[in-house]
Amino acid sequence: MFVELNELLHASPERPEQGTFTLLRDTRTDGSFLVHHFLSFYLKAGCKVCFVALIQSFSHYNVVAQKLGVSLPAAKERGQLVFLEGLKSCFEVLFKEEPPTGQPNPLQFIREGGSNLKALYEFVRTSLTPSESDSWKCPVLLVDDVSVLLSLGMRPVDVLDFIHYCRATVCSQLKGNVVVLVHSREDSDDTENELVVNALCHQSNLILWAEGLATGYCKDIHGQLKIIPRGPAVLSTERDLPRTYQYKIQDRNVTFFARGMSAAVL
Amino acid sequence: MAKGCCQLETFLKWCYFYKKEYLGLQQLRKELPAPLLDDIYKNEVNEEETVFKSKESQDYMKIAWRYQNLPKMEASPAASSRFGHYYDVSKTLSPELLQSTKWHRFFLPEEISLQPNINICNMTSGYTRLLQSIQRIIYQEGFDGSHPQKKQKNILRIGIQNLGSVLWGEDICCTDNPEDIHSLTKFLYILRSLLRMSLSACIITVPAHLIQNKAIMERVTNLSDTVVGLESFIGSERETNPLYKDYHGLIHIHQIPQLNSLICDVSDTKDLAFRLKRKLFTIERLHLPPDLSDTVSRSSKQDLAESAKLLSSGCGAMAMGKKHLDF
Repeated sequence: MFVELNELLHASPERPEQGTFTLLRDTRTDGSFLVHHFLSFYLKAGCKVCFVALIQSFSHYNVVAQKLGVSLPAAKERGQLVFLEGLKSCFEVLFKEEPPTGQPNPLQFIREGGSNLKALYEFVRTSLTPSESDSWKCPVLLVDDVSVLLSLGMRPVDVLDFIHYCRATVCSQLKGNVVVLVHSREDSDDTENELVVNALCHQSNLILWAEGLATGYCKDIHGQLKIIPRGPAVLSTERDLPRTYQYKIQDRNVTFFARGMSAAVL
Repeated sequence: MAKGCCQLETFLKWCYFYKKEYLGLQQLRKELPAPLLDDIYKNEVNEEETVFKSKESQDYMKIAWRYQNLPKMEASPAASSRFGHYYDVSKTLSPELLQSTKWHRFFLPEEISLQPNINICNMTSGYTRLLQSIQRIIYQEGFDGSHPQKKQKNILRIGIQNLGSVLWGEDICCTDNPEDIHSLTKFLYILRSLLRMSLSACIITVPAHLIQNKAIMERVTNLSDTVVGLESFIGSERETNPLYKDYHGLIHIHQIPQLNSLICDVSDTKDLAFRLKRKLFTIERLHLPPDLSDTVSRSSKQDLAESAKLLSSGCGAMAMGKKHLDF
């Protein structure tokens, strides 16, 4: 996890918040560094994590997590992490024999069609429903990324239904957290994706929006991050106002600074 | 693909409906350019360098002396040469090298009669057969670790041409409201899973200018690791622009892979142009030439500002409108 980001979010692994829906959004850049942050944050916080990784392989997340001080295989072994490797499940559902017993493949909709993500939701629910021997803190669902589901033939309403069911179960019922990543683009022609993004923005408690700089690529500033708290109206304190910071991604860390305060310009 | 013939197994996928164009497949193999051997490449580069070196002297800069110690700007991004990395486009691969490479092909009209074994909902049958064919090769040749590879470990290189075109039974190039906009993106996701599960790499060409529904191209970009666009000057107004007079087109690097790492190795410049020289296809950095005309005055800066607008839209905010460059 990135220490500076924790400070900006007033978050700490010792006291993770509960019942929140955080939306990670990126425009003109890659926001996956935020996914790596939350994965390592919640594992360090001792939460049970269900990670629906649709776009990259397990080894990719593992290599980065190791740089951030977390071992994913160890977390899997002790039952703290349930990892759905979407690319592998897709391969299995199409090219391998289906096992006679056991749970249906969460991505079976690729083969069978239909327009619901029920199997995927059931997978999430059974992974995060605590068993008696579990001693983890609140459950967390992490999804990377939601835009892929539209590419796989799901309609926006199916995707939103899935997220709604997950929020109802994970946030309300199990008092856990949901974190999802979506890609968006200004002047996008992908109206379905923009619909999903807008709907999720309205449902979220916190939006972290990573954007590429409007002036183009810069070696020392990789983008800017908007932190937008949302949710029921609270007494507006300083921490509830939207804030913008710029960031630079390094090999094992991401540094954040106020706009115009990059070390390269000072 | 020529690189694949030099080193590794190659899987060429081609789809032509007409029998005579099937010969084009053989032609493609014959047309793969020959690799440059070290001395040939070095001679080419040295030829150009000696011309410049004779003009270079030990002049010290008098006005722009701050730039004296900066490294000389390399026009081409990479300076080293090694076998199988640079190709001579005036020659083709030797038949002996071609014969020694193991290659597989996929020709859709031949496969159309066979029933696909796998069932993917709502996917163009051409894509389904293609995926099945790739998976079969990966499995049979042991690229997924299922059969131990007898020789040294190899990588399967896959080339797919004109994905998304009508040749594959798709209609996204014909209409704004295609019958099924998800076929191509589903194909790419399944292909991605095949590649991640095996020792293989794939290069695809997509006729983006023909695809009417731009949302599809956005999704295709998100599903790919590397995305490179080639824009030719032929037939466009840029052909006569003096800024581009030495080049044949632009290269746009839309996306580079960020695998197993938080950061990716982005190059310093995003303005790249290509040209086809006598023997080499080169990619060079595009830059504004110095303004050395006789009438160097504020009014002539207008033309330069116009040219600057043409540089990558990443710096678009810089030179909008016809205003002089302000200080």
